[in-house]
Amino acid sequence: MVACVIKNGESTSIVNIPTVDYQDFYKAVIELLKDKPHCHCINYFAYRNSYDLKFIICIANDDSGEIQLLSHTIIYSAQIELMSLSKEIFALHFFEREISENFGIIFTNHPWPKPIRYAFDRADKEKNIYNYPFFKIEGEAIHEVGVGPIHAGVIEPGHFRFQCNGEYVHHLEIQLGWQHRGIEQLFIKKNKLIQRNILAESIAGDTVVGHTLAFVFNMESLYEIKESKKLSLVRTLALELERIAVHVGDLSALCTDIAYQLGYNVFGALRTPVINHFQLWCGNRFAKGLIRTGYSGYEFTEELSIKFQKMLEEFEIKYIEMAEEMFSLPSVMSRFEKTGETTLEQMQLIGAVGMAARNAGLKRDSRTTHPFAYFKNEKFETETLPSGDVYARAKLRDLEIKSSLKIVKNIIKELNTKKEEIINQRIDLEDKKMLPNTISVSITEGWRGEICHCAITNSESELIHYKIKDPSVHNWLALALALRENEISDFPVNNKSYDLSYCGHDL
Amino acid sequence: MINIEWKYWIPSLLMIIISVFFQGIINKTRAITSGRKGPGLLQSLKDVTKLFKKGAVFSTSSSYISQIAPSIYFASVLAAMMVIPFAGYPALLSFKGDFIFFAYILGIGKLFLILGALDAGSPFQGMGANREALFSTLVEPAFFVLWGSFAMLTGQSSFIDIYSSLHYGSDVSYLLGGMAAYILGQIAMVENSRLPVDDPRTHLELTMTHEVMILDVSGFDLGLIFSATALKFALYGTLITNFFVNPNWHWSLSLIIFFVCQIVFAVSVGIAESFRARARMKRNPQLILSLTSISILIFFGALIVMNKFL
Repeated sequence: MVACVIKNGESTSIVNIPTVDYQDFYKAVIELLKDKPHCHCINYFAYRNSYDLKFIICIANDDSGEIQLLSHTIIYSAQIELMSLSKEIFALHFFEREISENFGIIFTNHPWPKPIRYAFDRADKEKNIYNYPFFKIEGEAIHEVGVGPIHAGVIEPGHFRFQCNGEYVHHLEIQLGWQHRGIEQLFIKKNKLIQRNILAESIAGDTVVGHTLAFVFNMESLYEIKESKKLSLVRTLALELERIAVHVGDLSALCTDIAYQLGYNVFGALRTPVINHFQLWCGNRFAKGLIRTGYSGYEFTEELSIKFQKMLEEFEIKYIEMAEEMFSLPSVMSRFEKTGETTLEQMQLIGAVGMAARNAGLKRDSRTTHPFAYFKNEKFETETLPSGDVYARAKLRDLEIKSSLKIVKNIIKELNTKKEEIINQRIDLEDKKMLPNTISVSITEGWRGEICHCAITNSESELIHYKIKDPSVHNWLALALALRENEISDFPVNNKSYDLSYCGHDL
Repeated sequence: MINIEWKYWIPSLLMIIISVFFQGIINKTRAITSGRKGPGLLQSLKDVTKLFKKGAVFSTSSSYISQIAPSIYFASVLAAMMVIPFAGYPALLSFKGDFIFFAYILGIGKLFLILGALDAGSPFQGMGANREALFSTLVEPAFFVLWGSFAMLTGQSSFIDIYSSLHYGSDVSYLLGGMAAYILGQIAMVENSRLPVDDPRTHLELTMTHEVMILDVSGFDLGLIFSATALKFALYGTLITNFFVNPNWHWSLSLIIFFVCQIVFAVSVGIAESFRARARMKRNPQLILSLTSISILIFFGALIVMNKFL
């Protein structure tokens, strides 16, 4: 069976996706994913289509840069049993749990059939966040430590349960869902494009550019708008600046967790000018209001260009000095190295993306494999490190900041040759209609990793389903694996080294 | 028997005065090294005063142990303070073997702090208590080898006699004094849960040692614990200072050396904490035991001075 093939940011008619019965679907998915490290599932979801329940799986092929789509349909009724794919392809466990929670489908032989976020309209209302089925372990020396859902630093809520033997962690179970807002449903309810655009900015407050870009790429393909060269440059500039700002902030937070005062002060102070320049540009330090469908919320003026160049120059000098100091300090290295080690095999198994994959040597970066915006025309070499420990995650941030600085400088140089072009002209799309009966898939590489959004329209050109996948969905399990047989006191530094999103997972 | 003559009160008064500023000096140093202004020197006093005005809240799962533990901890530090002399001024209490009393009265305080932490019934506090007990146990040999060596060297067994006999000895005693100052400084860091063993600023329960034990302590009781911690620093600082003053010096010189030594101690704690990261939890026992090995060097040094070595 041949799957429907599209590229990143493209759309296709729903009827183009081959629909088969579950047995063939099962076989086809295994054939596409089993023992193919260059292929991974970027999204697998189900949605109600009158009396039917339609399942769509999107599989990205990193070698060819293609996205393969497959679907199957069942007549919807509760208590339908399907053979679980997770036994064969473990990375699908999250998606199957999500479908099972939302629609009551039972996936037989699923290794871990637990709820994930307790959506408001879930199938089984009996299950709630307070009776989550935790793993249990018994023994003389075993004790349980529960942390959360209220975070000690009052960031986002999540519950972590450690099964410990003395100071060592046998297993960490992460229970999320405390932050669920029903954001996917809100996309359907709000029918103005600008409302949806603003919603996309709030999927994860620390990845505004990443998520909003994924959204606008979908909308632009559904409204058939072509992204101009300058627009793609400006958007990539925002994306890479976001990466720099968050990475520097994370390095600062990592230093806090190991009580390295110089590091957390200097890196913390370095983050500020970057996000303050976002404020200069678009009035918001997290770049809200900047990314809009078909245009840019704010022009990147010549004046801004000079200010950004000056800021980046100063940033680079200070950053490089501090990074050299930190990565050569023995007391810091002894805390980072061999803490929370993960392996390439583990990351392949759980389908890790972004930094969680790259720090263990798994080359997964949609900027190179599924290029979008600026990266369509520019060759970009992604950085990976082999060791998979906290050191690798800190060092990878260092490498990515440096490579992003290079990109940002190139973009600003290129933008200086395009001064005349105006991109903040608002495009009115109220009269225009989206392509009917169409699915659009877009991938962007946020600072955490691959973000995938899918949008589906019906025959009246209305949005009927919007599916969001944050990289944290895969990567939370990487944190749990990293902590195995590590000291419990190393949990905070491990957690920060991944810095995963609670709201991106809970939606 | 407590002497009520005024000069017996001098060491204790000095320690109380410096303890008020100690935390402030550390914080100020840390602020300056990171390019900030930092809070005023008296901020910790203000914090403690604020806490003393508050009532305490107790968990429903805790017993009377939680209620008495902070007071006993504070009392133990006060009692330990009484046996420390300064320069020509004798301590309030002085008897043969009072350095043993010093260590174990602090130990009793710590025991109650640990019991109080276990009493609260939280998994974090149990972990913290476990770590603190381990570190305190490991630091003990260093303290006793150190004081045992000096007792052997001087033939005396109380702080005041050891210090006064020491200064009539040779210059080697200053070398031994330097080493002893280093060890006592490190012991103070461990006992007060500072870097690299513990991080008093962390907000993460899982990495805490001392801080997590006092999570359930509030108001007046918390004020007691903060005061005790500040006093403990002053106690160790005074033990160090005593190695560098001669009882026969004029009182003004001794006083200047007292404050200079204490301030240098506080500033060096601040600087040491600014430019390094905390040690990994499982490395701590190794780190603390290494202090004992330096103490053993003092022991050999004492043997050399006494011509008993080889």
